[in-house]
Amino acid sequence: MAAPAPILRMTGIGKQFPGVRALDGVDFRLMPGEVHALMGENGAGKSTLIKVLTGVYGIDAGEIELAGEKVAFSGPLAAQRAGISTVYQEVNLCANLSVAENIFIGREPRRLGRIHWKEMRRRAAALLAGLDLDIDVSAPLSAYSLAVQQMVAIARAVDVEARVLILDEPTSSLDADEVAQLFRVMRRLKEQGIAILFVSHFLDQIYEIADRMTILRNGALVGEYHISELSQVELVAKMIGREIVELERLEGKPPAPSGGPLIEAEGLGRPGAIEPFSLTIREGEVTGLAGLLGSGRTELARLLFGADHAGSGSLRIKGAPASLRTPRAAIAHGVAFCSENRRAEGLIPDLSVRENLVLAMQARRGWTRPIPRRTQDELVAKYVEALGIRPADPEIPIRNLSGGNQQKVLLARWLILEPRLLILDEPTRGIDVGAKAEIQRLVAELSDGGMAVLYVSAELEEVLRLSHKVEVLRDRRLVAELPNDEALTTDALMEAIAKGGRS
Amino acid sequence: MSALLRHRLVWPAAVLAGLLLVNVIFTDGFLSVQIRDGHLYGSLIDILRFGAPLILVALGMTLVIATGGIDLSVGSVVAISGALACLQISGLGDQGSVGGVLAAVAVALALSLALGVWNGLLVSAIGIQPIIATLILMVAGRGLAQLITDGQIITVNSAPYKLIGGGYWLTLPFGIIIVAAVLTLTAFLTRRLALGLLIEAVGGNAEASRLAGIRSRGVLIMVYTFAGLCAGIAGLMISSNVSSADGNNAGLWIELDAILAVVIGGTSLSGGRFSLAGTVLGALIIQTLTTTIYSIGVPPETTLLFKALVVTIVCLLQSQAFRAKVFRRRAAPPAGRPAAEEKKVGVPA
Repeated sequence: MAAPAPILRMTGIGKQFPGVRALDGVDFRLMPGEVHALMGENGAGKSTLIKVLTGVYGIDAGEIELAGEKVAFSGPLAAQRAGISTVYQEVNLCANLSVAENIFIGREPRRLGRIHWKEMRRRAAALLAGLDLDIDVSAPLSAYSLAVQQMVAIARAVDVEARVLILDEPTSSLDADEVAQLFRVMRRLKEQGIAILFVSHFLDQIYEIADRMTILRNGALVGEYHISELSQVELVAKMIGREIVELERLEGKPPAPSGGPLIEAEGLGRPGAIEPFSLTIREGEVTGLAGLLGSGRTELARLLFGADHAGSGSLRIKGAPASLRTPRAAIAHGVAFCSENRRAEGLIPDLSVRENLVLAMQARRGWTRPIPRRTQDELVAKYVEALGIRPADPEIPIRNLSGGNQQKVLLARWLILEPRLLILDEPTRGIDVGAKAEIQRLVAELSDGGMAVLYVSAELEEVLRLSHKVEVLRDRRLVAELPNDEALTTDALMEAIAKGGRS
Repeated sequence: MSALLRHRLVWPAAVLAGLLLVNVIFTDGFLSVQIRDGHLYGSLIDILRFGAPLILVALGMTLVIATGGIDLSVGSVVAISGALACLQISGLGDQGSVGGVLAAVAVALALSLALGVWNGLLVSAIGIQPIIATLILMVAGRGLAQLITDGQIITVNSAPYKLIGGGYWLTLPFGIIIVAAVLTLTAFLTRRLALGLLIEAVGGNAEASRLAGIRSRGVLIMVYTFAGLCAGIAGLMISSNVSSADGNNAGLWIELDAILAVVIGGTSLSGGRFSLAGTVLGALIIQTLTTTIYSIGVPPETTLLFKALVVTIVCLLQSQAFRAKVFRRRAAPPAGRPAAEEKKVGVPA
């Protein structure tokens, strides 16, 4: 490809947050008709660069040129008018509005000054049909899965005559088919000359779809590369700035667990969420939970934590019957649950990193027994250090942290309780390779120390690498329990998920 | 942390200072505080004394608002508490008996507590939206107060009761001492103990708090009960000051002043972070404003309009977006600097 004039050029971009230097002299360019991957660890400044570009934040230094003209957008709307549309990592739509309303919000088709509802629904349906999505556009968005919501967000972004389309981790909640579908759409858009800025933590996806990439590290530019110039290993090394040994360190099957049964679920179920299942988790055992999106993975985990009421069945913890009617009761029994939906079910955005970290422990102690400030500071310092939480200032609000660092804080919230069973629901979703390896190593260490872990993940390699046994879910039913021996491969696991039986 | 806190309170403090300055200009000897008959006298003392009930109600309101709720019923609780106490005292053989007054006070406060629990149960156990749940008691409570007073104004003549809202102790008006005690207790419970953290967590993200093991139902009942108690004490103060109970007008619209004080003090109506010091400043601003209206001789028929204007200005000054716009445009360095700093702090990631 001969180098055409870039549609977008950012030079010397600098951005400072209180206590954090988010971007420092970053250059970035985007050609028409290319898919350009923006790579970097969590906290490297990817999201900040995108938000600076779309006018969510002002810039402290540098300038932005769109099609040769210097621009400074006052907000996402202004950026959108100029042809830069964004789909964020977490779906930013109104769940209570209909699909069609979400697509056309702010620019509804009008007739005689009033909204032309019929036209709106027709155009929304046509637009989604272009993305191979056949859904009822007048139904509220909340009626659909996260994946469908994501597609709706993309449909909305595409429809506004975009010259630049920014996709910030659009694939993190999609399954393989949906990703393929998204890539088809992306290629079509590319042919139309739209420049696509793509952020994803899935390296395979980057290599499948992207033409070029720009790598950031700690808010600074590492370099701009053609996708063919750089192997995956080189890419990861450039992202984390050191040789990757962490990923190799976990090779080999984990040792078999020795402890007795910790949790025994007998016919536990909840109508409409998951059919009755029986499951035993031993001490020191990592149990993987595999299945497609919507197969009931999260629902099963929530029952074991008492986040939802079980409609049937019983539960024994260490042989004694236990009723987990609330999360509080589960915590008292030594069960901890790290939710996949960290924004809605994990973070208290306004509170500081320290307060978020000690929250569960304080809740367990009750409000009359405050954790002494010195103990808090020690705990926080220990886990900030151990998990590599950045920035290391525990007093800034947690909303100022990047997604992966927020996830580490939430993980630390549960680790300080020293639970007997730790339920991790997609703990590595949307976080970078380095942190992912850290979390996986942590899980292995914890289980060696006798802690039982229920590990829910859509990435089969990850489940296989960590688990002693894998529970397979399909259509809200627990269909198989597979010991993780030599015979179990990702292919075998996929077959079990697909066929719903033993391979 | 302390730097941030200082930052948040800069604007309410500036507004209060400005209002006091206006008074200094219009009123001779406004700042002078004298000791007469062993009691402290002066305009500043009056502001504190007359502002005491509002500060109390606003303190309770702060915690409720921090959980993301609101309590509209405090005005009615003020009326009920005063009415019940006065009814009992008026029935005493000897209205000056300390024991009888204490019993009356205890019964009135117990009922206020119970009404707070009622609100808390409606909100947390039944799950009614706070504004609706407390609206029930706001309306029904007025009726209850009138029922207690039989639609009349009950007057009492009791020296011990008069002490609460109109008396002095250790040269200070007794009301100020009560406020100081309640403020200290609240600060202790929320900041020294962990209640504040749990309240802010529930207000910041209720579902995440539940999953972290916080018994949010208990926290909610507690804050509404506390708001009820504060309103009850304020009701005793107000009725004691005038030695009478008026079921119709006691504490009328005080809930709105209290909400305003909380908001001026920098606590967001959507819940989460709260500031007790900010609330006290907010309540003092409102009370000083009332005093100012009288002292600079605003015609009575325009007082409400005047008050509304000042409150609008205060709210605009508090708004980061507004300050950023106005001050940046003028590019006045002394005013523009703090506005810009404040803006950075508020940037979400």
